[in-house]
Amino acid sequence: MKLPVGKAERPGGTAAENKAAGQARTIDGRRRLKDLMEQFMKAVFLVCGLVAVGFVLVISLYLIISGIPAIHQVGFFEFFFSSDWDPANKSGNPSYGILPMILTSIYGTAGAMVIGVPIGFLMAVFLSKIANRKVAAVIREVVDLLAGIPSVVYGLVGMMVLVPGIRVLFGLPAGDSLLAAVIVLAVMILPSIISVSETALDAVPREYEEASLALGATELETYFRVSAPAAKSGIAAAVVLGVGRAIGEAMAILMVAGNVANMPGLLKSVKFLTTAIAGEMSYAGGLHRQALFSIGLVLFLFIMLINAVLNMFLKKNDKEGG
Amino acid sequence: MEQQSKSITRGLSHRRRAYDITMRALVYASAAVICVLLAFLMGYILLRGIPHLSWEFLSSEESVIKGIEGILPALINTLYVVIATLIIVLPLGVGSAIYLTEYATNRRLVSLIEFATETLAGMPSIIFALVGVIVFCEFMGLGISLLAGAFSLVMMTLPTIIRTTQESLKTVPQSYREGSLALGSGKWHMVRTVVLPSSVDGIVTGCILAVGRIVGESAVLMFTAGMGMRLAKYGDTFGKFFKSLFDSSGATLTVALYNYAKERADFEPAFAVAVVLLIIAFLINIAAKLAGGRLKKR
Repeated sequence: MKLPVGKAERPGGTAAENKAAGQARTIDGRRRLKDLMEQFMKAVFLVCGLVAVGFVLVISLYLIISGIPAIHQVGFFEFFFSSDWDPANKSGNPSYGILPMILTSIYGTAGAMVIGVPIGFLMAVFLSKIANRKVAAVIREVVDLLAGIPSVVYGLVGMMVLVPGIRVLFGLPAGDSLLAAVIVLAVMILPSIISVSETALDAVPREYEEASLALGATELETYFRVSAPAAKSGIAAAVVLGVGRAIGEAMAILMVAGNVANMPGLLKSVKFLTTAIAGEMSYAGGLHRQALFSIGLVLFLFIMLINAVLNMFLKKNDKEGG
Repeated sequence: MEQQSKSITRGLSHRRRAYDITMRALVYASAAVICVLLAFLMGYILLRGIPHLSWEFLSSEESVIKGIEGILPALINTLYVVIATLIIVLPLGVGSAIYLTEYATNRRLVSLIEFATETLAGMPSIIFALVGVIVFCEFMGLGISLLAGAFSLVMMTLPTIIRTTQESLKTVPQSYREGSLALGSGKWHMVRTVVLPSSVDGIVTGCILAVGRIVGESAVLMFTAGMGMRLAKYGDTFGKFFKSLFDSSGATLTVALYNYAKERADFEPAFAVAVVLLIIAFLINIAAKLAGGRLKKR
């Protein structure tokens, strides 16, 4: 009895061994497959991660490649310092000076800041420190909604309300003007100014304010002389963010600014860097089109500069927070 | 609070009391200005737009001969662009966020990618329009089409998706990952079965925010997706459907609004479109709050 069993066991044993070996082999194979899959997925994710870098490279490269020729052809000095922008000159003598647009963009942005920053900052103080919680929550919702409204809607309201208003108020033949654009921009940057400065004010340690109150300062003195200075880099970030928004906005101000390349004046019809591109891109050709890409390049450089400043403030903020 | 602060101001010098009162007045004045402004904006748009809004306006294609005004093409184009953009940007953005939080080991590479993302986030839309025109419409030969528009919007919405996904990936507890790895799963398996499912609400929030940006965008789409107000010819088969996406061009809601207001000076339909946009913005805000609230609860 024993022998046959043993005999029977032995082949069985080898079969089991074989099976185990086979299993080991498939496990090995599976593991290899799994490793391969791991490597593959890692590569896929790496590629996804590099897409953003790729986009930035493509944007910079294409703007430089298509922006430089026109500057070269027109001449650096004339392009940047001539106040004549007349690419569609009838007598065949076009001129490409973008100084009016650079100045308009700077003035327009500065104007929007002068109006928007104080109001936005005071509103942030109101929401963060003074308003009761329910009122603040409701206003915050509405301000968020304000941020979500498309820019063309602001442009439309500006066209229908501000432009006629300015025309009547100042007795002008047309109300399309830098002033209208400045007001539209000021309204458009309010949400970001309010929310970023509010976050900064909220982050001020409660102890600072309590100490100030305990020393006999009034609430308002505390908010403006203790809380605001403590939150200053966050508020600065809000301002820079607003500058970025304002200088990059195109469609809303295209609808209210009048789009004539005058040197900037508050009640004059003006053309911004952005509105030059948005307004003329659809029909421009040849050197004119290339010049629009050069304007794009100038705008890009402005934005990169602003971003660098913004990052500086945000980094500083992080450090203070940590 | 009010009572208390009044009693405090009583004992103050004139200068300090004046300061207190002025500042308080300024704060309340700006709050009032902003509230009035908001109420005016909403009220004005609704008042001028709603009378023109009708089922016919929303559901028909405009026809000069029949005298019909309609924004159906704009609605469909908007939907098209939103879907096409999300299909492309979602895998890219989520993958990028996964790389940054789960895989990346090289600090320099991470900060490079983050710098690129921030740069994209701060870029004005008119730049995306320019680059979209050269790269997608001309260089890649897509012409002025909804697809070219969608590609350009991918560049614009990528940072939004990356940022929100990253935020939610960071809230997944480290112990989940360790548990999964300790049970013998590989990294990809862990990401697929543990990390991604628990960060779905962040991804959803990102999508909602991206939809908001896409619906509100006008400059990019005006130049890359066209300004036509006609309904594209959509084929009946799947293949033709996609072909029409490649070929057709047309105005989305925002571009249609611009068309009505600036090119035709036809303001009543423009305000009606503005109301539609306002409603969409409102819905997106609510959706984002809900999704974000769920995220925060965790």
